[in-house]
Formats: sequence, C-alpha cells, structure tokens
Amino acid sequence: MNEADIDLPETRIVPVASWGGIDLREVFEYRDLLYFMIWRGLKVQYAQSIGGLAWALIQPAMQIILFAVVFGGLLGLDADGRNYFLLVTLAVIPWSYMSSTLDGTSQCLVTNSALMAKVYFPRATFLLIQVFGNLVPFLVSQVITIAVMFYYQVPLTSQIFLLPVVLLLMMLVPLSIGVWLASLAIRFRDFRIAMGMVMRMLIYTVPVMYQSDKIPDDLRQWYILNPFVGVIEGFRACFLGYDYPIQWDSLLTSAVITSVLLISGSVYFRRMERVIVDVI
Amino acid sequence: MKALKVENVSKLYRLGNSTDLDDTSANPVVRLLKRPLNNLRKYRSLYRFSDEELNSSESRKDILWALNDVSFEVDSGEVIGLVGANGAGKSTLLKVISRITPPTRGICTTRGRLSCLIEVGTGFHPELTGRENIYMSSTILGMRKREVDAKFDEIVDFSGVEKFIDTPVKRYSSGMAVRLAFAVMAHLEPEILVVDEVLAVGDVEFQRKCLNKMSNVGKDGKTVLFVSHNMAAITRLCDRGFLMKGGRIIQDGSAADIVHSHVTAGSLTTSWREWLDIAEAPGDDSVRLRRVGIVTESGVAAGMINAHDQIGIQMVFDVLEEGQVLNPYVTVISETGIDLFSSIDADKRYESEFRKPGRYTVTAWVPKGLLAAGTHYVRAVMRSVKRQYRPFTERDVISFNVLDPEGEAIGAGWWEGRPGGVIRPSLNWTTEYISAEMLIEGQL
Repeated sequence: MNEADIDLPETRIVPVASWGGIDLREVFEYRDLLYFMIWRGLKVQYAQSIGGLAWALIQPAMQIILFAVVFGGLLGLDADGRNYFLLVTLAVIPWSYMSSTLDGTSQCLVTNSALMAKVYFPRATFLLIQVFGNLVPFLVSQVITIAVMFYYQVPLTSQIFLLPVVLLLMMLVPLSIGVWLASLAIRFRDFRIAMGMVMRMLIYTVPVMYQSDKIPDDLRQWYILNPFVGVIEGFRACFLGYDYPIQWDSLLTSAVITSVLLISGSVYFRRMERVIVDVI
Repeated sequence: MKALKVENVSKLYRLGNSTDLDDTSANPVVRLLKRPLNNLRKYRSLYRFSDEELNSSESRKDILWALNDVSFEVDSGEVIGLVGANGAGKSTLLKVISRITPPTRGICTTRGRLSCLIEVGTGFHPELTGRENIYMSSTILGMRKREVDAKFDEIVDFSGVEKFIDTPVKRYSSGMAVRLAFAVMAHLEPEILVVDEVLAVGDVEFQRKCLNKMSNVGKDGKTVLFVSHNMAAITRLCDRGFLMKGGRIIQDGSAADIVHSHVTAGSLTTSWREWLDIAEAPGDDSVRLRRVGIVTESGVAAGMINAHDQIGIQMVFDVLEEGQVLNPYVTVISETGIDLFSSIDADKRYESEFRKPGRYTVTAWVPKGLLAAGTHYVRAVMRSVKRQYRPFTERDVISFNVLDPEGEAIGAGWWEGRPGGVIRPSLNWTTEYISAEMLIEGQL
C-alpha cells in the first residue's frame, strides 16, 4: 500500500436507486470529454460542407426572410408600429437554438445507446453536448442580430443587462424538457415520432412570427405557462429596449417551471440512464 | 489495499415476455387501449424483480441469472484472468464492474479510475483525423486532455501511423485503424483496467506488442481484469484467475490452475454422463441408456477437444428384453441452439434384426476439422423402428468444448476476428493460376 492509494476516489456501484439527481461533480470531471464530443459533433456536421459554419448563418437568415415575407409582407401581420423584421430576427435566433437543443436532448440517449453499451461515462454528458454544442451556431448567428440592430439603428438600453439571465434561461428551458423526453424516449419509441410533429407545431405556441400582445389578456396567464414564451419575450426586451418592456410575469413563470422540470427530470433521468443498456 | 470489492452481486435478465392470446375479437381493441400502460409495466419488469417472483418456480424459467451471487476482492496491482465458457457471465461481470449496467442486487466498490476496453476503437469516428480520434477515444475511456497531451507522441509512435496522423480515419486501412485504436488503449493509465477479449483482432505481431505493453501495465501496480479465450495469454499475463460457470465463480486460484481446470474441464462441462442405478437411467423396461460420453481415438474421455482431433460420441445402452429393432442416434447442437447434424446408427445388422439382450457400446465418429470452436451439446435418442416410438430422448445430455485457439485448424491464424458460421470444416482448397501474359495470349 502506498500513500497515493489513500486519496483514490471510491466508486460504489449499487442496484438502481429510487432517488438522487444527476451527479454534477462527476459530469465536471469528464469536462474534457464534453469538449471533444462537442468538437466531434461540429466537425462531423460541418466537415465536407462547402459552407461550413456559414450554415449557422444561412439557416436562421432564410427563416427570418421567409417569415418576414410571408407573415409581414403577404399576410401583413400587424407589428403595432414596431419593426416586424426586427421582431422576427430577435425571436428566430433564440428559437433556432432552443428547438435544435430540445430535439437533440430528447433523442440523445436513444441515438447513443450503442456507445453506452460499450463504455461508462456520465450519461448527462450527452445532454450537455446538446446544450453547449448548439451554442456555437447560436453565437455565430449573433452576426445577424448585430447586423440587423445596426441597420435599423436601434439604441441599446439598460435592459441589455438582463441578457445573461435570458441566455441562461434559454439554455435551461430546452434542457429541462429534454431531460424528461430523453428518459421517456427509452421506454416509448413513439416519442421519437411524436416529437417531430410536436416540434413543428411548437413554433406556433411561441411568439416567434407574432407578438404576444395578440394573446387576449385573460388567456395570458395560461399562455405564459409555456416556458419558451418567457425566453423569446426576454430576448426581444433585451435588444429592443424601453419600446419593448421586460415582461416579468412570463420570465418568472418560465424560470419556475423550468426549475421544477429540471429537478424532477434529473431525478428521473438518473434512474433511466442506468437501465437504458438493459432496456433498449 | 483493495482495488475492487464485489459483494453478493447478482444480475438478472428477463427473457422474452409472453404476450396474451386473443380470446374474443374485442380483445385486440382492449389491448390497444391498454398498451401504453402495459408498455410501462413491461419496461419496468425488464429491470425490476420482486422477491416472490424469484422464489416461485413458474416465473423462474424466463429469468436468466447472468450473475448469481458473485463475491470477491481484488488487491491493487493484481492481474486477474476471467475464464469460462460462453454465457458463463464473464462479460456481464465486466459490464457491472465498469458501470455499464447496474447490478440487480449487491454492491461493487472500485477504488480509483477504471477504464473498460470492450471493443476496439470506442469513440472512433471516421470523419475525424487520427489525432482527433486519439483525443476522442482517450477521453471517452476516462483520460484527461493533459494526460493525452503528455502521452501523445508515445501513442503515435506505438501505432506506427505517424504519416497519416492528420488524415481522416475513414481513409485508413482497417489494419491501421485497429493499430491506432490499440495504441490508445495500451496507453491508458487508469488504476483499474478491464479488458474483454479485445485482443482477438489485429495481426499476431501487433497482438504480441499489446500483450507486452499490458503486462507492463500490471507491473506498474495497476489492477487488470482480463477476459480472454486465449489461454496462453491468461497464463502469461495473470497472477490469479477466476473460473466462471452459470453466473457464478466456481474456482478462484492461480492463473495456471484456473487454465488447467478450464482446459481439462471434462469433469465440469459434463462431457461424460453415466447412470449407475439402472432404475434411474433413461429408457423403459426394454432398453435403458447407461452412459453417454465423448471419446477420442485412443479411447480416452475428453471434454476439451482440439479441432485437429477426431472425436466419437459414445452411447452405452442395455437391452433388457428381445423383440425390438432399435436404432440409436445422436444430434449435435451448437451453443446458439442450432441442430448442426443428426446421425443414426448405420450398422446394417441392426436395420431389421432384433437386438439380443445385453450391453451395447456404439460410437459415432465425427470427422476431424468439422466443428467450429465453442461449446457443443449432444442429444441422444433411441428409436424403436417397428413399434414407432422412442424409448428415450435425452436433450443436452452432455456437452463438450472444441478449442481452436490459434485458428490454425482452418488456416485462419491471420484472420481478424473469429470466422463466422456454425461449423468450420477444414476444406481442401485448390488454386489454378494463369499469369497475366498467358491470359492476354489466350484472348488473342
């Protein structure tokens, strides 16, 4: 026995436990893996494409233009005196991040089951790959935000200081739902099919191509239960300034719902991640 | 200092769930409505086992005890070889220890970092370059980036692919990719290393290099758990061995002893069965089976058979009363449950003649170089021709192991991985060669 042995961490492997959340300390120990997995994901996605990371610009740009032309132009959706193009830009960019993160997290366990049968590392890494990996194209697409802000000469106000909070929420909202869906998708394969459909409809439940003012006041309390609403409204408020006041009700509701989903989901995930190899 | 402690670990799997059959036409509709709930129950039942269920005899047949109350302790620095037939629970044990699958009961405690090598090239992606894959694979197997940085040149050197290190792995030959993957594995520095049969691939020279590297790992005070069907590697690398059978560790001792028990496992893998008490022997008042066994040409009973050797399946039976035409026959079954072949006693004398009372010893000789390596089971049957019945049908009455460690019986010493197929006859190959020049002349 030598001195060094005493410091070695002990790992106890026990049958499937009923309670306990994701072990964040362990996830942190595997941070190098997280980094390389994100790198691998980006490299594989963008390798051998002509555009490379430019696709992170082209995709949201096309969507913004499409919405602006169809809803702003053809359908003449009323922007209440605000700039419709600006409104859509500030919604599409966080929405793209959230929808791809939700999509990725909800399927991460099923798609990686082969790897999980071969080697152990904290399964929550798969969730974080999505959360942080999707930040890269999101940050690249900020070029669009900055360009549009400059073009329309929108002055920044003190509301921009809320941005870190909104960004954190933007990362946590799809994670909190995805952690549940990832675990459920192990049991019910239908989730995968249903998800595609739900994802396409989800955009209509969020103020991306319209403004939430359109929602009648007495319905708003239900409307803001959708945690995505608070993020989109918050993102717009950060950039548009006093013209678009911060909606504390949706932001706080979103934060509360996200916390509840995240904590309960991580308990459930912790249980399912252990049995996935036997069940799948 | 204990590096690894396994206490009463059991791992259960549920075999195919039987589904209810429809009684009425309304049933499918009801079942459809109930499906989500049933699904939930079914998935739960895949990893949950109640005590009553385990004790009742009825449900036991669809529950597989992949590990059954396994306990042991390993000191740090020990190199352990796990030996046993396929399905003995070796891989399941490794998977529980490396946290890939949870135990159903019991506790494992590991001290220090553990890397588990179950396949070659875990985490490799064809789009990534050799350099990126070294980092990818190492971190998946539990190393930190700075540790890889420090070892990087050594890994590249070991793999011998330095020229292609910045080329995507999809452009590598399969041999190069395997060498790179091995190089990564050989340079992992966890406190505990778990290795499952990964050495079965790669060319012989490179395998030797890896074995040497791994035996050094053992000398560094690392704990190694090693599963292999390569008995030479086990004896050479391991200090201690476990012999596993039916989910239990049936022997714990020096590697040499374990390998010896495994190889001479005739006594363990019942390749010989005898009924001393005639009343308990299979059969009826007219004929009784007394003994079934595997014999070699020299007449010796054997449970481990070299693929080079000829073996015979021997049946001894007593005919108790005259008046029947009796034909014994045997079926050989592969470890995957496939009937490989059946053979009926071809002795002309007994095709239509009654057998006189007395003891008969019949041996069916199996051609050498026919069977694939692995466990084989024998079904021994007696057929009464005139009366159209079978006095006895003994399923899986004995089993025996065919060994072809180097693959030399089929000239597959260089083969990457084990050749497939349920049998592996050594065929006589012929080659006709016409030189390119002759071909052109012939066309003219």
